[in-house]
This record gives sequence, structure tokens and C-alpha cells, in this order.
Amino acid sequence: MLHTVNKSVFERNSLQSCLNTIDDSSVILLIEDGVISAAKNTKSSLLADLAAEGRVFALQGDVEARGISSKVADNIKLVDYEGFVDLVVEHGTAVSWV
Amino acid sequence: MSTKKFMYLNRKAPYGTVYALESLEVVLIAAAFEQDVSLAFIDDGVYQIVEGQNTDGIGMKNFSKTFHALGDYDINQLYVSAESLEERGLSADDLMPLIYEDEDDDWAEKPSVKIVSNAELSKLMSDQDVCLSF
Repeated sequence: MLHTVNKSVFERNSLQSCLNTIDDSSVILLIEDGVISAAKNTKSSLLADLAAEGRVFALQGDVEARGISSKVADNIKLVDYEGFVDLVVEHGTAVSWV
Repeated sequence: MSTKKFMYLNRKAPYGTVYALESLEVVLIAAAFEQDVSLAFIDDGVYQIVEGQNTDGIGMKNFSKTFHALGDYDINQLYVSAESLEERGLSADDLMPLIYEDEDDDWAEKPSVKIVSNAELSKLMSDQDVCLSF
């Protein structure tokens, strides 16, 4: 499954809710204000293990808009909108943690 | 017209919601009425003035440039929460170099941004006539 998270980890608990319930084959795509969770910060450990498995993505346009391109945490992969579509196709059912 | 002290609390990241842009609009309105305006950036609001924002990829207006114009509207008190920056792995060096020209000091260019502790922000807020949170 593909899980999209569009809220900042500092603003809502939607990323934590997502992490609490996803299975071992799911991937997470951070979009909109969700990309703030992709930056190196005091909450980075939440995603570190999943990222190390190559299962965390962030939408590049949203990362660049917020001026945090140079701060993206290790192993988090940036994708463009085409990459977003590929993830949807590849992982089937998508869940939006709005 | 009497002058009041207005402080705008900017608490949300830009672009994901419309709060940041709307706050900036209201700030400019208050400035047009020659009020004593200050801004505070706390929580994810600190991302509003991060240097190097590029919105080409999301098809939205990059309004971060507007912050550079605030000095010309005599808005030169921009307070940033040190705790909010630190929590997000950000520092003063990551912020836009916003400046104003001090008319009382031969128009010398001076920084508008001040990094303050949450305790100092609390004191600043208590000095205001009006605090508006976005």
C-alpha cells in the first residue's frame, strides 16, 4: 500500500497514526506540509528505520517550495509528480492521512 | 487615528494551508493604517522565512519575497522562536536576511529578524494591544 501524509509532524499526529498501522510492505510518500517530516530535525527518528529500507519518499516540488532541499534526512527519496503516479501504480491502494 | 501595538503570530508552514499568505495580507493592511506592527514566527511558522524557497514545482506563488518589502512599510520587528527553530533543525543562518533602513540612524541597513526565547516572546506578547494568531 501507499500512504500519503500531508501534515507536518509538528502540527498533527497523522504521521504517527500512519506509522502505527502500516504493514511491512507499505511505503510512505510525504506531500504538501508533510514534507517537513522529511527534514532533519528532532522528529527524524520516527522515519529513520523505514527510510533505511527505502520505503519513504517526499515530493520534490513541496520540499523545494519550503526551502528545505539541503536538509532532507538520509535515505528519503525525492520524487516528482510522475514518480508519485508510479508509486500509486506500483503499490495499489492508497491511503491519504489527511 | 490612535496607534495600537499589533502582533501577528505566524504558526503554520507556507503553501500547505493559506494561513501564512493571509497573515501577510493582513499585516500589510495594518501597516497601511500606520499601526505599530510586529510579527512572531513560532512552531512551523518559522518555515515562512526560510531562505531558498522555490515554488516552481508546485505552481503556487512564492510569497516569501514579500517579506523583504516589510521594511519599507516600517515593519522591522520580526521575532523568531529559538526553540521552534532548534526543534526543526534550523538556525538563524537558514533564514532570509531581512533588513530595514533606520531613518533615525542615517538610513543604515539593520536586520529586522530577532531570534528570541519563548519566554521573551511571552513578554513581547503581553506588551501588545492586539495579538492575532494565524
